[in-house]
Amino acid sequence: MLEVKGIQNGIVLDHIGAGKGIIVFNKLFANTEHSVVLLMNVSSKNIGKKDIIKIEGTRDVDLNVLGLIDAGITVNIIKDGKLSEKHNVVIPEVIEGVLECENPRCITNADIWATPTFKLVGKNGHLEYTCNYCEEITKYKL
Amino acid sequence: MKELRHLIEPEDFTLAELEEVVDHGLQMFENPQKYAEACKGKILASLFFEPSTRTKFSFDAAMLRLGGSLIGFADANTSSAKKGESLGDTIKVMGYYSDIVVMRHPKEGAPKLASHYSSVPIINGGDGGHQHPTQTLTDLITIKKHKGQIEGHTVAFCGDLKYGRTVHSLIRTLARFNTKKFILISPEELALPTSLKRQLEENFDLEIKEVRYIEEAIDEIDVLYMTRIQKERFFNEEDYLRLKNSYILDNEKIAPAKKDMIIMHPLPRVNEISPEVDTDNRAVYFEQSQLGVYVRMALICKLLEVGPYVRG
Repeated sequence: MLEVKGIQNGIVLDHIGAGKGIIVFNKLFANTEHSVVLLMNVSSKNIGKKDIIKIEGTRDVDLNVLGLIDAGITVNIIKDGKLSEKHNVVIPEVIEGVLECENPRCITNADIWATPTFKLVGKNGHLEYTCNYCEEITKYKL
Repeated sequence: MKELRHLIEPEDFTLAELEEVVDHGLQMFENPQKYAEACKGKILASLFFEPSTRTKFSFDAAMLRLGGSLIGFADANTSSAKKGESLGDTIKVMGYYSDIVVMRHPKEGAPKLASHYSSVPIINGGDGGHQHPTQTLTDLITIKKHKGQIEGHTVAFCGDLKYGRTVHSLIRTLARFNTKKFILISPEELALPTSLKRQLEENFDLEIKEVRYIEEAIDEIDVLYMTRIQKERFFNEEDYLRLKNSYILDNEKIAPAKKDMIIMHPLPRVNEISPEVDTDNRAVYFEQSQLGVYVRMALICKLLEVGPYVRG
């Protein structure tokens, strides 16, 4: 059994669906200067197998991105080696600056002042977001 | 402090506000002299990043008929956008030069972006294939003048329902005005976008009937809205050439139609309405263009709070 020590001050992202940990890592931590461990395919009572990410030295994490990748993720904030806060991730109703609009004619693809902003309109199969500028529907794909 | 209002999409106004603008537009049509100085001392900046004839000139005419003045450009190549200036910067500066801005832009959502940076009211004069709310006002005033009321008609849209922004703005607005039945006539390639259709079906109690040819539904229609198959909306010349002649209205096709049906078109027309239809008393598309000036006059007055909208 592989063992990884606990962290003192930082974040543990738990219950990441197996295989999605690498996506979270690439989206949020690929360029971080903090110490990070990514555990893959860890046994889980609830979901069979899961991924876990531990980051030492920061408490900043974009909950919207986590919600887009896997709404089952739990975020544990660790302070002085102890659990100080626990948050459940939710599918974001509004997202800003994470997705790009799929409409090539949209102003967000042409003007740097226009931050792509979306509103959730559907959860059937794919998460569907409508662009606040051009109203086209953009599907979030992993 | 004065509340800054814009018209980016028809939903920016309540139904009561839309109808009030239409009613003031009709009054201005009847008695334009009364409003000849309503905008004296005011400047309209008309920023056309994409070519336009009717919309630009109807705004120009509207402001001049209200006694106001104009600045602007009709071609993005003559503006600083050509030098790479961002829209936000252009709009901020326009707020120092003018009292109100009308803009047309090829990128969808550009007027909304502009409204975030503007210190004066922004009017969307058309953004890509997205919205064209002042054409919607023009359409509403025409329907009200000829049919007595905006609500309750069977309205058919024919031609390019996919890229036709006038259709998108109008259909959403007529749905809000409690229209019970829409008939959509188009080739499959130019059908109404699924997202818009879904939005209509989910949010309103209405029937949508889709047919391929005008003849299948002509006798049910109260308002027939024809559109042009627009070359500039296609990425591919081949698709345009194949579809442009698909839907041409002529006297034979309208023979079974109701006697009080009206035929509308946002213009310009290419060949989708045969000139022989022009003399039919159901054809109102040229008058529609004329009414567009008066409803735009009412809109400018509303956003500037002058004329019939003056406070106190």
